[in-house]
Amino acid sequence: MSLEVSIKKKLGSFSLEVDFSTDSGTMGILGASGCGKSMTLKCIAGIETPDEGRILMNHRVLYDSKAKKNLPPQQRQIGYLFQNYALFPHMTVAENIACGQRTKGESILPLLEKLQLEGLENRYPAQLSGGQQQRVALARMLASQPQALLLDEPFSALDAYLKEQLQLELLTLLEEWGKDTLLVTHSREEAYRLCQRLLILEQGRPLAMGETAKIFQNPVRIQAARLTGCRNFSRLQRMEDGTLQAVDWANLKIFPPASPPDWATHVGVRSHSFQATPISQGICFPVQPLQRLESPFEEILVFASGESGEVLWWEVPKKDFQGVPEFLWVDPRELLFLRE
Amino acid sequence: MDYSPILISIRTAAASMLVTFFLGIACARLVAGLRSPRWKMILDGILTLPLVLPPTVMGFFLLYLLGVKRPLGRFFLDYFGVKIAFSWGATVIAAVVIAFPLMYRAARGAFEQVDENLIFAARTLGISERKIFWKIMMPLALPGVAAGGILAFARGLGEFGATAMIAGNIAGKTRTLPLAVYSAVAAGDMESAYQYVVVIVAVSFVVVVGMNWLAMREQKGKRR
Repeated sequence: MSLEVSIKKKLGSFSLEVDFSTDSGTMGILGASGCGKSMTLKCIAGIETPDEGRILMNHRVLYDSKAKKNLPPQQRQIGYLFQNYALFPHMTVAENIACGQRTKGESILPLLEKLQLEGLENRYPAQLSGGQQQRVALARMLASQPQALLLDEPFSALDAYLKEQLQLELLTLLEEWGKDTLLVTHSREEAYRLCQRLLILEQGRPLAMGETAKIFQNPVRIQAARLTGCRNFSRLQRMEDGTLQAVDWANLKIFPPASPPDWATHVGVRSHSFQATPISQGICFPVQPLQRLESPFEEILVFASGESGEVLWWEVPKKDFQGVPEFLWVDPRELLFLRE
Repeated sequence: MDYSPILISIRTAAASMLVTFFLGIACARLVAGLRSPRWKMILDGILTLPLVLPPTVMGFFLLYLLGVKRPLGRFFLDYFGVKIAFSWGATVIAAVVIAFPLMYRAARGAFEQVDENLIFAARTLGISERKIFWKIMMPLALPGVAAGGILAFARGLGEFGATAMIAGNIAGKTRTLPLAVYSAVAAGDMESAYQYVVVIVAVSFVVVVGMNWLAMREQKGKRR
């Protein structure tokens, strides 16, 4: 089971150029809005046509600009879950699901049962909650017996409370179903929770691709680090005595103690990596608090790193927060070394 | 009072609505489905033209095409033995041409308001284009399409200029209500003119209120 995608398409001010393949499990495409991630899905589903390239599913050609082949969406057998679910508003739940059936006349009961929709058969989409609508859309999609699933921001239309419940349900469903899934999202949490592999897109170009956990550990590119949630960055400068300093953090000495790779031009620290300490040792930031943001279980402190330094963000669970410390220390192993 | 103008008008408006309805839907579907925005603009311009041109100009074009001595008119006369100009059929043709843009624009607006994601979703589900049109596009666009049909009927009922040009004003044959009003006033018969006016205002009012009633019912339906 696999999708092989290698396409180019001009999109307004930039061009989308992606080249990737999936191999079983869920692959995520993470990127800011308008980076071309939804367009990639639409091209795979056949809703949009790329300018050039090839799209294959299980070695079957869906699109090939050289061979002038472009299968209509009806023949691609790819399920597409729209952001707003795109349920047919004038049809009941049962009619919506039956509409997608590839083998007509088959009972939809097993699907209703699987997606916990029993008793809702005769409701109209407008009478359902957001979570139920999503389940109907999933049932309708599965009824069409797709060979791969494309999920376009599946949780963006839901309340925070429902979101996590449905993420769990979707995770179970996808595992049971066992075919390739491509999930587009702008949320790093969603990407991390649901996708084994990840592709990070910016302005139509891939920034990083690989195992999700590895990308979060070592994003390599600054923009990728930013998309994985890292907030604090500084340029690195090599000094005459061979040491490395973080220019934007009041010339904080990075090497030694840390040993960045040769290609590194920047350094990043996640806002969760800081630890409070009363004495300055190793990689340590003096704290001059600027602003404090309080959430129910987290404390966010924005502080300046020395006189001329950039603003830094520190996030700490509330139970671990004991007032503003004098210094914040970072384990050198938790530094991200990056390039542009 | 001569009742023939009332009957002729109703028959003309009904026949023209039937033709306009399907023609308008077909053209709306064609234009809404065009990919090139330039062709969309041009074709839309041509199809909307009868709405903004004076009806007499449209009548002039029709006469130019279908007059007995013109190629198309002669063709019908020679091969089918049908004389189009100044026949009852001509009143229908005039009403169709004038009412068409109303139907076409209403239908196009209704089709374009259907969430395109629904169409995309239907395609990925493997539903054929034909079925998508009849099972999804049409039911969702129906209120707008129906409103267009009703407007087309009302417009056909009130058609004067083009009808006078291509169908003339033959009593009992092509004299529709608006022409009857004109003829009665010209002959100084204010009594008849008054009666015809009452009939045409009443029918038009009922039709327009009926349309609003449909729209209102649709609004309620959405809040289900």
